[in-house]
Amino acid sequence: MSGINWFKYASPASFYPLAGRLVPWCGGITVILSLIGLYIGFFVAPTDFQQGEAYRIIFIHVPAAWMSMCIYVVMAGYAALGLIFNTRLSAMMATSLAPTGAMFTFLALWTGALWGKPMWGAWWVWDARLTSELILLFLYIGFMSLQASIDDPRRASRASALLALVGVVNVPIIYFSVKWWNTLHQGASIRFDAAPTMAATMLTAMLVMTLAFWAYTITVVLMRVRSEILERERHTDWVAETLEQGK
Amino acid sequence: MKRTGTLGAMRCMLVRDLTLAVRRLSDVLTTLFFFVIVVSLFPLGVGPDLDVLRSIAPGVVWVAALLASMLALGRLYSSDYNDGTLEQLLVAPQPLSLLVLAKVAAHWLISGAPLVVLAPLLGMLLGMPADALQTLCWSLLLGTPVMSLIGAVGAALTLGLRGGNVLVALLVLPLYIPVLIFGAGAVEAGMSGLGADAHLSLLGALLLLALCCAPWAAAAALRISME
Repeated sequence: MSGINWFKYASPASFYPLAGRLVPWCGGITVILSLIGLYIGFFVAPTDFQQGEAYRIIFIHVPAAWMSMCIYVVMAGYAALGLIFNTRLSAMMATSLAPTGAMFTFLALWTGALWGKPMWGAWWVWDARLTSELILLFLYIGFMSLQASIDDPRRASRASALLALVGVVNVPIIYFSVKWWNTLHQGASIRFDAAPTMAATMLTAMLVMTLAFWAYTITVVLMRVRSEILERERHTDWVAETLEQGK
Repeated sequence: MKRTGTLGAMRCMLVRDLTLAVRRLSDVLTTLFFFVIVVSLFPLGVGPDLDVLRSIAPGVVWVAALLASMLALGRLYSSDYNDGTLEQLLVAPQPLSLLVLAKVAAHWLISGAPLVVLAPLLGMLLGMPADALQTLCWSLLLGTPVMSLIGAVGAALTLGLRGGNVLVALLVLPLYIPVLIFGAGAVEAGMSGLGADAHLSLLGALLLLALCCAPWAAAAALRISME
């Protein structure tokens, strides 16, 4: 172990300036990666022989769906950290992640509907993946509304942290139950892994877009957590000093 | 002073909650009538064709039972919260999770078990065959305790909040989905001749999991809400 104090940045007072320095970098990476990913996706990747050009929404849809699930797990991880070690910053991170996660879930559902219309001829089918994504959106909304309805921020973050943990235990159960429900009710359902193999450029574009979404998430979450810190620590001296200096 | 053991305290809790419920029978009946009314709305909305009703009956009865048991959650802690009993439970020497388990058991006996008894009657109204009614009873018998247990966590989290009753629906209903799927699925699989055993086993597994985890989570939620 070197002499670095790993817990230094667990304190909101030292994390606030660090987050401020990271935001422009992450924002820049987001822009660059999105441009590269979208360029490969729209201009380099070949046209799919079955789905034509419409498949290109995959470069938004699939990364958004991945992010929606990843963010829930990360959020539950922060919630657990906050409950176990009672660190203020973890709870603020969980709070800040929820709206972005909900946004990606909604984006995945929305682009899925746009993709489903030309492919399946319907905006919505009760496919296992669509249904579990919808339930994930409900879980995010429950988390945010529980947080919003409790005035005491300490109780709000602890209560919603517990809810996030209960949710993360339930996510696999919900996923498999919906999957079995679907196969039992509908027989062979429409699947969208119709193309047997994926061209390497398509995969590249999708991975680059995923990284871009990660960078976007980090940027937005850091910005949100900064205002969360200011709001919750507004009675402290360091916030008064920071605000006076206009940083 | 004689100290009560954990089991004794749990029995006290159970008897006390049951006695209170018997003294205020109208609360119990409200949930039951809600269940009956919701189910009887479906023929009025969908039409009196028994073939259609028979095919949607398992889902209808299950969704109505789910809503009824959610509606009853408000009563789980509210009177204890208002008169300060809950604070005494928090400082009691017995583990809070087990006391919560006793409360949930009483709550299930009051609001869940009557649903199981009433469900065959409603299933008959919707034209379900006799053996499907039996499966319906079994699935509700396994499923309603799971809903009471999960609901205990949601009710504890929303204790004393503005609009807590609406909020608890938002928190708890997504978590009820697996129970609904396997419960209604058991009856449907039974009706289509596939056999309901697999679904019932999964419901049993959910019940065991909920029995292990939910009282503990509900106790943690109560401590958060009461500090």
